[in-house]
Amino acid sequence: MPGIPALTESTYYILLSLHRPRHGYGIMQQTEELSGGRVRLAAGTLYGALNTLCDKGWIVLKTVDEDSRRKEYQLTDKGREILINEVKRLKELARNGEMVLGEEL
Amino acid sequence: MERKTITKWFWVWQFEQEEDWLNEMAAEGWLLESVGFCRYTFVRCEPGTYTVRTEMRPYDDQYVKFMEETGAEYVGRMMMWIYFRKKTEDGVFDLYSDIDSRISHLDRIGKVLLAIGGANLLIGLVNSFNPVARAGWVNLLCATLLMYGLGRIHGKKESLEKERALHE
Repeated sequence: MPGIPALTESTYYILLSLHRPRHGYGIMQQTEELSGGRVRLAAGTLYGALNTLCDKGWIVLKTVDEDSRRKEYQLTDKGREILINEVKRLKELARNGEMVLGEEL
Repeated sequence: MERKTITKWFWVWQFEQEEDWLNEMAAEGWLLESVGFCRYTFVRCEPGTYTVRTEMRPYDDQYVKFMEETGAEYVGRMMMWIYFRKKTEDGVFDLYSDIDSRISHLDRIGKVLLAIGGANLLIGLVNSFNPVARAGWVNLLCATLLMYGLGRIHGKKESLEKERALHE
């Protein structure tokens, strides 16, 4: 997967949270939970990122539930592929770090 | 409910100071209730129970709904500035959590300043050469001020971009 730029931490956690369809606030909660409170997505940042990811076709808006009127987002096949490649890239980074620093870690 | 209205002026590049001031007011027990042109109306609240945030964003109904879903309350808007507040007990309240989105916010402000500044420059120049119109200098003054603002916003953006070169 050469040539695919690294995802930002926000993008990474948004895609990861959308492993299962969620609405905006659900993504914020899931990100905070997954990262043990370290990564917090602010609403303005998330809103902009969701629009960009929809435009890119990495995620889609699911049919809006008439009752809740809340929008749910879902990962597309393309989005899933990008996420998987990113995890592979991160593994490589961690592996190289461990190889070089070894016992210092 | 006890209320008070304060008239205060902030230049566009001072939006962070404006936000700090609104939060100091909330910390002292004065919660932002509505905004007008250079006018802020506060209502008495329990000190330190709210966080207030403001940003520039063109009118977007969906955005307000989105913010409300996350627990924020919409206070109002003044021209292109929008104001939100959220109870501190509901968690940390920020509008932006990464450098990229802070930069795109500054870009939005910059674009508006450039558009209004450019229009003033054009009108000012046209009026300067028009013997009937006498107020061309007013537009030129506005244009100068807006361009100065653009410079300040650009400076903020540059320091964020330097930071981004090293980390997110």
